Amino acid sequence: MINRRTLGMLIYLIFVLLPIYWLVNMSFKTNEEILGQLTLWPTNFTFDNYITIFTDASWYMGYVNSITYVAMNMVITLLVSLPAAYAFSRYKFVGDKHLFFWLLSNRMAPPAVFLLPFFQLYSSVGLFDTHLAVALAHCLFTIPLAVWILEGFMSGVPREIDETAYIDGYSFGRFFIKIFIPMIRSGIGVTAFFTFMFSWVELLLARTLTSVDAKPISAIMTRTVGAAGIDWGVLAAAGVLTILPGILVIWFVRNHVAKGFALGRV
Amino acid sequence: MNKIPNNKAWWLVLPMFLLVAFSAIIPLMTVVNYSLQDIFDQNTAYFVGVEWYQEVLRDTRLHDSLLRQFGFSFSVLLIEIPLGIAVALMMPTRGWQASAVLILLALPLLIPWNVVGTIWQVFARGDIGLFGWTLNNLGIDYNYTSNPLDAWLTVLLMDVWHWTSLVALLCYSGLRAIPDAYYQAAKIDRASRWAVFRYIQLPRLKNVLVIGVLLRFMDSFMIYTEPFVLTGGGPGNSTTFLSQTLTQMAIGQFDIGPAAAFSLVYFLIVLLVSWLFFTTITHMEKSDSGSKYDK
Repeated sequence: MINRRTLGMLIYLIFVLLPIYWLVNMSFKTNEEILGQLTLWPTNFTFDNYITIFTDASWYMGYVNSITYVAMNMVITLLVSLPAAYAFSRYKFVGDKHLFFWLLSNRMAPPAVFLLPFFQLYSSVGLFDTHLAVALAHCLFTIPLAVWILEGFMSGVPREIDETAYIDGYSFGRFFIKIFIPMIRSGIGVTAFFTFMFSWVELLLARTLTSVDAKPISAIMTRTVGAAGIDWGVLAAAGVLTILPGILVIWFVRNHVAKGFALGRV
Repeated sequence: MNKIPNNKAWWLVLPMFLLVAFSAIIPLMTVVNYSLQDIFDQNTAYFVGVEWYQEVLRDTRLHDSLLRQFGFSFSVLLIEIPLGIAVALMMPTRGWQASAVLILLALPLLIPWNVVGTIWQVFARGDIGLFGWTLNNLGIDYNYTSNPLDAWLTVLLMDVWHWTSLVALLCYSGLRAIPDAYYQAAKIDRASRWAVFRYIQLPRLKNVLVIGVLLRFMDSFMIYTEPFVLTGGGPGNSTTFLSQTLTQMAIGQFDIGPAAAFSLVYFLIVLLVSWLFFTTITHMEKSDSGSKYDK
């Protein structure tokens, strides 16, 4: 029984990893080799594709831009979601249920069709082609998610703790920062991870709201299609480099991520 | 947890509300505005009422695209939900293997969507891709750039690769929350493996499965980037899903009015299906209140 389980798991993992292996494999090949004979391992192992990316500012600035707006988005999302999630987990107030549903319904709006209004809105307030524009636009779907996850984690903290702190003379602000936030550390970590994930993988809004200064890496990748056809090696290397930050981030939250995937509600 | 009524809590919600409202309500209102007018340029626009709505509801191109979209979303759910549950049941539960499998499974979820398209574009090609090359050498005539069925299947396979992990991780976290006592009780009763799954594991997975089905439905229904990169919607129209048809209308042909009208219809369809699904589930939950969760 155990063996059949392990076997099944292995087969699925191979299915997950094969396409990624192929990309990594390609990124270490020269274009001649890619287009020539199909090889399972690069015969002329080369770092040229990576060197191209790391020495060309128009390439590596794409990564800097992406990481900048993702980080800004994470900070904004956490700052406004923490108090909001606290309110949802502790208090009843006028319209709370409707507000919560409205928040979630934003996740259901097809982004492809809201591109033009988004572009007009951010152009009219002078934010077009800034990192802040992309960070704010991504808030539309990261904040609902963050509130949902945080609310789940916060509801797991008994309210007696709040009340004891108030009796001991803590103000709301001091209680929240000194006592409450450390108690839901793992929840915050998981929320940051999900915020990162959704902001990092999104391309449409990021591409629409930027032109030069804040252009994300995923938009720059389309550059590899040149007059001489597609530069497959560099394309693959750029792709591999977009996977790395994700691995790094998930490594930090690996112990909490299972709970986070259930949005703190298991 | 019983909550205290307190309207001052709005002050805590307000910053979040303003921020989301800025990005949500203004663009939505703009779309509503477009959908009611015939726009020629910046200064010339005529109010046309519900004319665009009548037009798009009769548009056969949109009907086809909507049908394709439903077909795709149902196929996605039909494959990914059972497969995700199966993978979750096979995942190791402790030790370094558990962490390793968790991270490897989460990998596809962390790749930018256009890179997912690129990976499969390369992987499935008959000349330079491992997958396409292997199929061709096995004597299967496979070419996703010219055969509509192959293209459709490739997009489906790509989506299964990309998103099954999400369902699996959701179910995995659901399974971890089942107390050991349940399994011990089943052991004493000599329950079969199937009985354990059917009467212990599956009921406890309901909450996470609701989230999983909702997320997968919404996201697959709005899919845009991956098929756009992989096939560009072709060959023919075989992989042109709803988002792409609308983008073509709005940006390609500049038919903003009809595109906006249909966008709103589209939004309402997603809302309606999600709401129906959600109420059905919660209604079912109420009717069999015997199975109350112990948390």
